[in-house]
Amino acid sequence: MAISHDAHTVKQFDLQLANLRNLVLEMGGLVEDQIKRAIKALDEEDMTAAREVIARDRLINGMQVKIDEDCISLIALRQPVSSDLRTVMALFNTVSELERIGDGTKKVARMTIQIYDGVSSPPSARLLRDVTPMAELAAEMLHNGLDALVRLDVEKALHIIRSDDDLDQEFQSALRRLITYMMEDSRTIGHAINVIFIIKALERIGDHCKNIAEHIVYLVEGKNIQQRRNLDMSLATFAQEKQQEQQP
Amino acid sequence: MSTTTIEIKTALDTMLKPNPHVGKQSSVEVTDYNNRQTVGKITVDHPKMICRGVNVYYGEKHALKNVGIDIGANEVIAFIGPSGCGKSTFLRCLNRMNDTIPVCRVVGQIKLDNDDIYDKSIDVVQLRARVGMVFQKPNPFPKSIYENVAYGPRIHGMVNTKPELDDLVRASLERAGLIKEVEKRLEEPGTSLSGGQQQRLCIARAIAVDPEVILMDEPCSALDPIATAKIEELIDELREKYTIVIVTHSMQQAARVSQRTAYFHLGDLIEVGETDQIFTNPKHKLTEDYITGRFG
Repeated sequence: MAISHDAHTVKQFDLQLANLRNLVLEMGGLVEDQIKRAIKALDEEDMTAAREVIARDRLINGMQVKIDEDCISLIALRQPVSSDLRTVMALFNTVSELERIGDGTKKVARMTIQIYDGVSSPPSARLLRDVTPMAELAAEMLHNGLDALVRLDVEKALHIIRSDDDLDQEFQSALRRLITYMMEDSRTIGHAINVIFIIKALERIGDHCKNIAEHIVYLVEGKNIQQRRNLDMSLATFAQEKQQEQQP
Repeated sequence: MSTTTIEIKTALDTMLKPNPHVGKQSSVEVTDYNNRQTVGKITVDHPKMICRGVNVYYGEKHALKNVGIDIGANEVIAFIGPSGCGKSTFLRCLNRMNDTIPVCRVVGQIKLDNDDIYDKSIDVVQLRARVGMVFQKPNPFPKSIYENVAYGPRIHGMVNTKPELDDLVRASLERAGLIKEVEKRLEEPGTSLSGGQQQRLCIARAIAVDPEVILMDEPCSALDPIATAKIEELIDELREKYTIVIVTHSMQQAARVSQRTAYFHLGDLIEVGETDQIFTNPKHKLTEDYITGRFG
């Protein structure tokens, strides 16, 4: 059963749900902005910008607390069921994923400060080569995730889940390259470890985006696809059910 | 006569006198076993009652359209839906309470175990002993608490001696969770109890005749939350021994007490499913709209 777009008889309920959704999207926008800022700070070796990213993480944490409270009061006062309940739960879960993505960007900023601390010489460009494409992919996944949340777009959500594989592969090959550099020249080890922390953070951001996508599928379809096995099964059932629905 | 007395008299009449015309009116006419409009699985592994192609007409009005559903043994099944959707009508079909309404005509097949309850050979009084009923408003007889419970077993000749009857009354009151409150006042009138106690007295009265199925028509709508909680707890306990069908306007109550839920809408049985599934992911848009509070 897809989401009903009709209005509730109690209009206040619709208003509260809409407010909740807007708050989550606002938080999502903030997190998206954080990723961009963190990567820009790394690219431009800008320590001030990196510190700003770290400071702004508090805003995100504050929003999580606010949204959690709103979810709880909505559950207590309105007792949502069915798609309303799934909406509240999906938003509630999405918020905690967003908060962790925020933590990931903070980590990138921290590592930026460590790399360009002014004591050791800056790393060679080839060490950081994989960071930007991975960051772009992660940022795109988050952007698409928020977009899919607005449109309740299951196809898009499934696409995000698949693109997480790409990011994982990028991470693996970047890791292999970094190991090679470290073996070639042990002086790169210090920087390389920091870079590994960065790409690991980006890889985790991808995982959280994938989780958001799974929450969206749950919201719309009422099905939990958190395991790969289930995903293939549910993709097959989706197709079947859609066909059956179309037949009179 | 006060309204309560009239209601009690009607209740007594229905217990004793079946409508002689009903047998003729309710000829078995099974039209469609696969109820095309119902979403979800209508059958269960261990059915207590099997209903197929049930149609009810009030004169010209087609009140219940081709309803097919199984009621499983030892399950609590909740019927929900907006007013006038046919849920109470269907509930009343299950022990032929509709027989008392002259313009009402029931078509279709309803089986209790293997007996067609609309068969001519069925004794309605016996049927209502097997399928008991608890009403919206507590309606104890204007007699003592003891007599309220003892009445059924006595007219059905279930006991022979006074001590046996005493035991049965006590056991029924105990099962209804009322014994502690009324132990010392069994001779006081049933109407002297509070609303919630009266309703539990009615449940004790219903289970005194050892029914197999208990029908409850909004049993908590006149009770406060504490009395409601006690009845809900009782329903859960009674499930071990009986099959319970409950009609309720409180969706939260349906969610709390039942294992399966059936949603009725304008005389159609729209959807049947596990209560958990109905309240998290209903399949039909009408169910979804009703339970989420979108009453178009």
